Amino acid sequence: MVDSLVREKQHKQELPEKTTATFVPQEQVSREVKRAPSRYRNELSKYIIRRSNACILCGKCAELCPQGVHVLKPGYKYFAAPQQQVCIGPACQKTDHYCVDHCPQKALQMVENPMMKLMGDYRWTADMILATWKMAETGEPPSPEYGYDYETGASGGGFDRIRFKFPEKPPVEVDESEIDTSIELNRRGDGRPNIRIDVPWYGGGMSFGSVSISTQLSKARAAAAFNTFTCTGEGGYMERLHPYDDHTITQVATGLFGVREDTIQRVRIVEFKYAQGAKPGLGGHLLADKVTSAVARMRETVMGISLFSPFPFHSVYSIEDHQKHMDWIKHLNRRALVSTKVSTPADVDMVAVGSYSAGTHIIHIDGGYGGTGAAPDIAKKNIAMPIEYAIVKVHDFLTKEGVRDKVTLIASGGLRSAHDIAKAIALGADGVVVGTAELVALGCVRCGRCESGRGCPRGIATTDEELSKQVNVEWGSQRIINLYSAWRKELVSILKAFGMRSVAELRGRTDLLMHLDYENNAEQRK
Amino acid sequence: MPEKYHIETRPVPPRRPRIGKCGVVDWREDCARCHNCVKKACVFDRYRQETQYIRGLNEVDNLFFECMGCFSCVQQCTKGILALAANPAYERLGNSYWTPEIIQTTWTQAETAKIPVSGAGYRGKFTGPGFDAMWTDMSEIVRPTRDGIHGREYISTAVDIGRKSPLLTFNDDKLTAALPPLVDIPMPLVIDLMPLEYKINNLLPFMLAAAARTGILMLVDYRDWNLLGADKERHLPHVVFYLEAGAPLPPTEILRRTRLVEINDSSNIERRIGELKTIHPSIVTAVRIALDSRGIERATELGKQPYIEVLHLVSDINGNQIDAIRPRFVKDMVREVHNALVKSGVRDQITIMAGGGIALAEHLAKQIICGADLVSVNLPLLIALECHLCHTCQPRISCPAHMADIDAAYGVGRMTNLIAAWHDQLIEVMGAMGIREARRLRGEVGRALFFNELEEETFGRLFGTRKAA
Repeated sequence: MVDSLVREKQHKQELPEKTTATFVPQEQVSREVKRAPSRYRNELSKYIIRRSNACILCGKCAELCPQGVHVLKPGYKYFAAPQQQVCIGPACQKTDHYCVDHCPQKALQMVENPMMKLMGDYRWTADMILATWKMAETGEPPSPEYGYDYETGASGGGFDRIRFKFPEKPPVEVDESEIDTSIELNRRGDGRPNIRIDVPWYGGGMSFGSVSISTQLSKARAAAAFNTFTCTGEGGYMERLHPYDDHTITQVATGLFGVREDTIQRVRIVEFKYAQGAKPGLGGHLLADKVTSAVARMRETVMGISLFSPFPFHSVYSIEDHQKHMDWIKHLNRRALVSTKVSTPADVDMVAVGSYSAGTHIIHIDGGYGGTGAAPDIAKKNIAMPIEYAIVKVHDFLTKEGVRDKVTLIASGGLRSAHDIAKAIALGADGVVVGTAELVALGCVRCGRCESGRGCPRGIATTDEELSKQVNVEWGSQRIINLYSAWRKELVSILKAFGMRSVAELRGRTDLLMHLDYENNAEQRK
Repeated sequence: MPEKYHIETRPVPPRRPRIGKCGVVDWREDCARCHNCVKKACVFDRYRQETQYIRGLNEVDNLFFECMGCFSCVQQCTKGILALAANPAYERLGNSYWTPEIIQTTWTQAETAKIPVSGAGYRGKFTGPGFDAMWTDMSEIVRPTRDGIHGREYISTAVDIGRKSPLLTFNDDKLTAALPPLVDIPMPLVIDLMPLEYKINNLLPFMLAAAARTGILMLVDYRDWNLLGADKERHLPHVVFYLEAGAPLPPTEILRRTRLVEINDSSNIERRIGELKTIHPSIVTAVRIALDSRGIERATELGKQPYIEVLHLVSDINGNQIDAIRPRFVKDMVREVHNALVKSGVRDQITIMAGGGIALAEHLAKQIICGADLVSVNLPLLIALECHLCHTCQPRISCPAHMADIDAAYGVGRMTNLIAAWHDQLIEVMGAMGIREARRLRGEVGRALFFNELEEETFGRLFGTRKAA
């Protein structure tokens, strides 16, 4: 209603920047990159070095290797376990320090790690997981020496077949320090705060219950460091998140678990989740084993009982109902922006325009190939369209309707790397939401066992007290900060290659993209 | 409201050692014998009672293959002596269509009767041939849907098989037109004949019992009538006799207790249907049409005939056109027949049953969207009994699933569980689509998204002509 008045009478709402005070002092987190090695004793690597009994312990290999793969500690008779994760494999063969060739006893052998075959999948290849781990450790994009093919997955479609058409040299030389990667989230001009985030992404909603509190806090701290956001998911607002209120989105989903006036009023963005890419058309699932007493208390439910959120909101069967919902939030929190998270049905473009007209600031479309939580396998690949198509449809339709610059379009659902993020923006999104990549940074191997029992064996997507201790909040936030930092560097290098000073210039630049399965002759066809 | 269709299930554990995707390789000779061995910390408890597992060869295999592939032990072992290895037995399961993933998920559903659920998102290919080249749609805000999955409203999966009247006529509020016979089943699924190379006679009674327990139908060659076990007479309403062209008809007293009969396509179908109707006027007749090079044309032609009630269109077991060098896929062929009959204005009058290549519950929904009223399945039921699809079902050749030793509790239980899990999944996708009746799902391509169309609509505009495959 308020927005209708703004539209009709051309007047701005006069609202102070903050109509409610920040509830608690906010934690400042540095975005400084610090090395955060794997928390596991034996890091998985793409290549493995085998040392045979012929080794005479001459130490030549340790002397030669600049990467430090071979470790012969002073005072020790034998080599320590090799640091295989830093071995660059076949790329080393062309150098003058290839240990295998220089070993006087021919006692060394370098082979591809056969376990890589078992790690990852078509969407998240083993290389992509290893590269994400490397970024989370160092804060830098992985050196090409490692030979990680991490910019695309092996799914054979969508982002994995789209490439940038980089010019031989940038049309304009731009200094990297001048490149702006921030995006604005409020384009409505409705008097509500114009929130800018420093990177064109924020963290996806993962509830307490689906992931541990350490995971949630790590995400929140990284969001604070990069002046962006994380989202509570549909599981309530943990007290320990309060120092990160300014970087947390309260999600209001169909089950309304843990939603209270307080949790709506303390944040700067409230997200309505109508559907999610992991299980479009179905409500959230939290299976019984993961509903511990702490989770049940937070959600005001019963321990050990599976929680299935309904679908859809039973109070929303039209855009008018949706507007009513939004007015409720806007009334409760006069400084909040409202995001509408929907999945990607055939009419996603209509839904997006409807949401805009109902007053949303952010349209968040979540494609079917993403998701982190438990979902029926039948829903994962069979319901709703992949995000690559949806971005194009929504961006075009919003443009045709003349409202593209009045709303922020956020895309998610299977975005795994900085390259995916840049491609999504070039297809027409303003920014993206990421989820799985953050979990991979924390050590996820995508074994897919997050949904039941004690939950994630890697201590990430679990509420089991013992398992969740595996992730230390300091370490976890540093890993995500490092990943964000590496991504930002990659994004900046992409923008620099195109001579762009801002990520906003990249939006909708489909002319900079090509598809490997097409003749790329759209111009001629016109 | 009609009584809610519900299938009673209970877990039926496998008889054979599980075959997992990976296994742990343990090089024990370098073990440091740590007190805090990572094996004790296995979240899935695969090691804790290791010594107790070693009671038989099967149990050793279980230990090996029940690994969940989380790499935790591999990465934490003090001496780094643990490794994961791909299980060659897993990779040998099935074939390029019936992939190891399909076989394993079918085994799990047959054991638990539950919808397979996992975390960490989708992990497969962007698209693929056959059923993977389409997605079902879902309703968002603007179209009302109902929550039929977890409770409050009823999503009906029932379908009618038979010829339907185009219109009803009344005289003084009394129905004057004779209603044609219809067979009503609670789920759009029938059990098809097993392909000859997978036909195992001792399983027929269990299949029939599973059909009876779930309320669906089972096609059986009349020549196998005597193989259907002691309860065959009792289960007659669930039996659909299949009659080859020229095969003798079943005895009248038996035929009259069935509801549907299927005949093979031949030149004298009308006469054959007439004979069957003479014996049993309220029986519904189906004509089985092989989807070969003439299949679509033949089905379209027959579908227009007033004596046809049901067409059963059957591709090969992988969903491909029969005997074609560049075969078309069953969903596309059925869609073409469906569309042709819609254009002819007769589609609503007949029933189309489609078979071949139905391997997962999602295929069931997608095939119906592409124009079938219901589908027929065969191999998934065999896989439910731990079949590896190794294609060697011959006497005196060792069967890895020991099919000859199956008992009724196991056989019927596993097949029932699978059907129940498929039913629940059908409801999941129908709920997401906002469709409350399986009858309305038929041909509802507006509730689906097709790869080719989406590509052309979005990427075609951006990137031009798609390269030939």
